[in-house]
Amino acid sequence: MINKKLNLNPKIFDKDVEQVPTRFGYGEALVELGKTNPNVVVLTGDLSASTRVDAFGKAFPDRFIECGIAEQNMMGIAAGLALSGKIPFVGSYAVFVPGRCWDQLRVSVCYSNANVKVAGAHAGISVGPDGATHQALEDIASVRAIPNLTIIAPCDSIETKKATIAAANIKGPVYFRFTREKTPVITTNDTPFKIGQAEILNEGKDAAIIACGPLVYQSLIAADILAHEGVKVRVINNHTIKPLDEKTIIAAAKETGAIVTVEEHQITGGLRGAIAECVTANYPVPMEAVGMPNSFGESGQPEELLEKYGMTVKEIVRAVKRVIKRKKSK
Amino acid sequence: MPSLTDGQIQKLEKTACEVRQDIIKMLLAANSGHSAGPLGSADIFVSLYFAVMNIDPKKPDWPDRDRLVVSAGHYAPVYYAAMAHRGYFPKAELTTLRKINSRLQGHPHNETLPGIDNSSGPLGQGISQAVGIALAGKIDKKRYHTYCFMGDGEQDEGQVWEAVMFAGKNKLNNLINIIDRNNIQIDGFTEDVMPLEPLKDKYESFGWHVIDVDGNNVCEIIDACNKAKAINEKPTVLICHTIPGKGVEFMEEKFEWHGVPPNPEQAKDALHQLRTLGGRIRGEHE
Repeated sequence: MINKKLNLNPKIFDKDVEQVPTRFGYGEALVELGKTNPNVVVLTGDLSASTRVDAFGKAFPDRFIECGIAEQNMMGIAAGLALSGKIPFVGSYAVFVPGRCWDQLRVSVCYSNANVKVAGAHAGISVGPDGATHQALEDIASVRAIPNLTIIAPCDSIETKKATIAAANIKGPVYFRFTREKTPVITTNDTPFKIGQAEILNEGKDAAIIACGPLVYQSLIAADILAHEGVKVRVINNHTIKPLDEKTIIAAAKETGAIVTVEEHQITGGLRGAIAECVTANYPVPMEAVGMPNSFGESGQPEELLEKYGMTVKEIVRAVKRVIKRKKSK
Repeated sequence: MPSLTDGQIQKLEKTACEVRQDIIKMLLAANSGHSAGPLGSADIFVSLYFAVMNIDPKKPDWPDRDRLVVSAGHYAPVYYAAMAHRGYFPKAELTTLRKINSRLQGHPHNETLPGIDNSSGPLGQGISQAVGIALAGKIDKKRYHTYCFMGDGEQDEGQVWEAVMFAGKNKLNNLINIIDRNNIQIDGFTEDVMPLEPLKDKYESFGWHVIDVDGNNVCEIIDACNKAKAINEKPTVLICHTIPGKGVEFMEEKFEWHGVPPNPEQAKDALHQLRTLGGRIRGEHE
């Protein structure tokens, strides 16, 4: 049953549910932040239109920094700006940022605890035709072990906007992950958002789906299908992967006894890794994973790729059934 | 700035000699760390801290201070010794270098020790940070200068040239890069490991003003910094030609001393040489 308190999009299960790429929310938030906070500066590496920072650049040219195709330097400049009191938002495709500047993120930004906000756009396999090189499926895993870094994978454009504005208001480095394609708008302006607080979108006690990013939508559809079969599934939007909302995760383990993680990322080291670490340390229960099965992607249409690599409603439903079976056989 | 009096020069040279002695003591106590670069660059650090930079050790976070971004973090011994002499923290703390619970990390950490403007260690990162700090100064219309200190082997890193290209494009005249051109790196001489020459031409072609400097001559270093501040249309790099291991005969010009500390006997010999300026004078404590 959908959690009414969260004011989710009432048209969520309609065929014509509004669809907007998550990254659009980033661009909108930056323009708003530019108006209210003179310390906000934006850096781009020759990808300003596709990462949606071009509007900020037009509105605030003096605070818009074109770095060219040089991500290591861009991350270092962001650190220097932050050490001088600025709030830099630095972004590119996730395969490049953080993909090409992990060490700069680790030392120049995170070790220095520099107030840099890092945006990885076009993450996940749904980037599509560009192929494996451009499909960031390891970004969360690659940055999750770095101390001081907050990691957020918003589920839709509205949540992305809220996350971007919230990130500007906390001190310290943040990594956001966005996707390219249009995806359903799940939340509304009235849906609560707090960094580090997972939200229970759908209530249920037979199993829990813990998801992040646009696949939260597929998780809700899966829960709806399962509800029609009499299986009641809790769906948790775990937008903040670090710091993890351990309270909500442990409660899910205790109250449902079966967990499925859903992410558009390798099943190693990302959301599943974070949840498994928390669950095994606190309240071990059977877990199943929906995500990229330790493989590189390939060219194709987004929906074809999600189908081929098993990140679909059908696979989520199957994983829930498997995990419930394991729970019952314990 | 008026040129220095003989007395001022002698005082700076004396401080540099004391800094070198502290470097030997620190490395001996730590039993690890880099010898040649820190000894060779003592004159540069002393010039910056005692004659060039607009700073106040009592206000390490003063927003209008000049910044020093040490890009080559392995120069930590000379960096810390110069800071201690300038009054940022007690000199007695110097021998805690690299030890557990010390503020003097093996490579500098901005969050650990007041007065450290950035964290460094992995080479090539500091110059980008310095560019960011200089850029922030431009955006905020501040008058501070940003000094970056780099090794020459560090120029091998691709990130350096990304940053140099950016600084040239943006005409960051408030950025002064100082390269310790001592011609050595861990595996050997720079021109054998990965040739850097013509280094001057490289920087010039990226839109920088270049000044060649005797990096073991405090007058030349200070003079070059003043000239760099007067260059309005572009960033400046000082290619400081130094003698690695300067002041300790058995270390001078030897790449083998890049990344190792002296043993107790070598340290004793080194301190004797520094106190007596290579046997030319009687040491004060002999």
